[in-house]
Amino acid sequence: MMYRVLCALVGVCLTALIPTLAIAQSGPLRIEITEGVIEPLPVAVPDLVAETAGSAEMGAQLSRVIAADLIGTGLFRELPSSAFISQVTDFGAPVQYADWKAINAQALVTGAVSVQGNQINVKFRLYDVFSGAELGSGLQFAGTTDGWRRIAHKVADVVYSRITGESGYFDSRVVYVSETGPKDNRRKRLAVMDYDGANVQYLTGSDDIVLAPRFSKAGDRVLYTSYETGFPRIYVLDVGSVQRRVLENNQGTMSFAPRFAPDGQTVVYSISQGSNTDIHSMNINSGVTQRLTNTPAIETAPSFSPDGARIVFESDRSGSQQLYVMSASGGQATRISFGEGRYGTPVWSPRGDLIAFTKQSKGRFHIGVMRVDGSEERLLTASFLDEGPTWSPNGRVIMFARETQGAGGRSTLYSVDITGRNLRPVRTPEGGSDPSWGPLQP
Amino acid sequence: MKLKSSLLMLCAALSVAACTDPNRFGGGDDALATGANGAVAGSASDPSSPAYFKQAIGDRVLFAIDQSTLTPEGRATLDGQAVWLLQNADFTAVIEGHADEQGTREYNLALGARRADAARAYLVTQGVQASRLQVVSYGKERPIEICSDETCYAKNRRAVTVLAGGLSS
Repeated sequence: MMYRVLCALVGVCLTALIPTLAIAQSGPLRIEITEGVIEPLPVAVPDLVAETAGSAEMGAQLSRVIAADLIGTGLFRELPSSAFISQVTDFGAPVQYADWKAINAQALVTGAVSVQGNQINVKFRLYDVFSGAELGSGLQFAGTTDGWRRIAHKVADVVYSRITGESGYFDSRVVYVSETGPKDNRRKRLAVMDYDGANVQYLTGSDDIVLAPRFSKAGDRVLYTSYETGFPRIYVLDVGSVQRRVLENNQGTMSFAPRFAPDGQTVVYSISQGSNTDIHSMNINSGVTQRLTNTPAIETAPSFSPDGARIVFESDRSGSQQLYVMSASGGQATRISFGEGRYGTPVWSPRGDLIAFTKQSKGRFHIGVMRVDGSEERLLTASFLDEGPTWSPNGRVIMFARETQGAGGRSTLYSVDITGRNLRPVRTPEGGSDPSWGPLQP
Repeated sequence: MKLKSSLLMLCAALSVAACTDPNRFGGGDDALATGANGAVAGSASDPSSPAYFKQAIGDRVLFAIDQSTLTPEGRATLDGQAVWLLQNADFTAVIEGHADEQGTREYNLALGARRADAARAYLVTQGVQASRLQVVSYGKERPIEICSDETCYAKNRRAVTVLAGGLSS
C-alpha cells in the first residue's frame, strides 16, 4: 500500500505550508493545545462529494472517519449535518461562509472522492469560516480502496496539524496484546491495529503467552516476549513478512522487557539470572551484548530517550520500585521519582521532555507524566489497575491498558491526553493490553 | 533431620487420604502397575509418584506481598521436597515463580524469578543437585485464584515445583 501526496491543487506542496501556518497563528482558527482545558472547536465535515458514479458511500465513510479523528482529540466538536444550511455538492464551488457562520462552524472541511477500479483519489480543503478564507491549500491523496481509512486519517492529520500547529497522529498503528478468556485462562496473541482500533491483524497465535510488544521507531519491526520455549525469550518480528527470530536463547536465564533504541539496531532488555534481574543491551545485527546495570536489585523496563543518549528504567535498589535515568552505556544512575508509592514502566516521550509511567499508590494504579528530572509529576488516570503507557507519535496522547477488578476482570485499551483530559476506550475486537504506538506513517 | 523428614512424610501421607478431588491436584499416570508397597504406581498413594509429591509433600510455597523470603511453612515444605527429590533421583524439576496482580508486568516477572530462585536455592542447600533444577517466572500471567482480594492474592504469590522426567518418561 503506497500512498502518494499528489501535491496541492494550487501547486503548493506540504513542505511549503509553513508561511500559511504563520498567518493562521494570528487568525481565530487556532487551538493552542498547551493552554489546558479549552472549549472544543466547532467543525463541519460534510460528506465528501462523489466525483465518480458509486463513490457517494465512500465519500460519506471518509467524512465519518475524518470527523471521528478530530472529535476523538477532544479539541473539536462536530456540527451535525442536519444543522447545515449550505450543502456542499460541488468541491470547486465557492464556500458560502455566511451559511457556515450562521451555524457557528469555525472550521469547515470539504472534499471530493473519485474511485476507479481499486484506485481512490481524495481531494480536500480546510476553511477558516470566521476569517472567510482557506487555511492552507487544498491537497489530494491517492491510494487503493482497501486503504481508504488511511487516506481519511491523512486528511485529518493535515487538518489537525494546520489548526494546532502540532503534527498529527491519526495515520499510525499500534501493536498490542489481544486478550480473551478469564484471568486464570487468559489467551494472548500479538495484534497490530490502526490507532483507532480498526484493521486489526493478528501476528501470532495464542498457544504461548506473549507479552509487551514494542515497535521500532520506523514501525517495521516489533520486539516481544514469548514463552514458546517454556521460558520467557525475546523475539524480533518483521511486521510486513510476519517472520520472526529469537534474539537469544541462553539456558538458565529469562529475558524480557525489550525496547529498541532510536537507531533500530540496539535493543535494551532485562535478563533474570538466579534471583537477580539486570538491564543489558544487544546489537541485533552482531549479537554483541553489554551489561548496563549491575546490582542485586530488580532492574527492568528500560526506555531510550529520543536522541538515544540516555535510558530511563525502574529499579527497587532503594527498597521499592522507583525510576532512574542513566547513560545509554550504563553506569551511574540518577533516581528521578520521589513521590509516595511505587513507580514502574517508564517511557520517554518522543519530544524528549517527559517520562510517562505507571504509579501504584494506596491500592490504586495511575498513569502519570513527569519531567525528565522528576519534577512536575502529574497523574492522568486512576483505577484498580492502569498500566503500561505508550506515547502517540506527537507526544500529546498516551495509550495504556486498564484491567477491571475481580473474577470477571477484563483488560481494555484506553487513551488520555497528557493534560489528563479526554479519557476514552479504544475499541478493539477483543480485550487488549501492552500497547506500543508506532510512528506516523509515511 | 532424617527423623524430622520422615515425620513430615508421614503427616503428609495421612493428610492425602482426605483428598478426593483428582482434578484439583492433577492425577499421576493411569498406569495400574502395583508398586512394592502395594500402592498403585503413579497414584498419590505411591510415595515415588509425582502425584504424591504434589499432594502429600506439597508442590508449592507461598510468599508475603512483594517478598521473596521463604516463610517457616515454606521451608518445611521445601525440606519435604528435597528429601523426595533425593530419594527419586531420576526426576528433575522446573520451579515456577508467580506474583499476584498488584504490580506492573515486568516487575512481577522479575519478582517471580526471585521467588522461584529462593525455592531453588533452598533445595540446593538441602542437597539437591543444582543441575536438576530450573526456574521460570510467569509474573502475574498465571493466577490460580481470580478474585481481586488478599484471599486470592495470597495463593497466587507462589513458587511451584513442577516435576519432569522420572522412569515413565
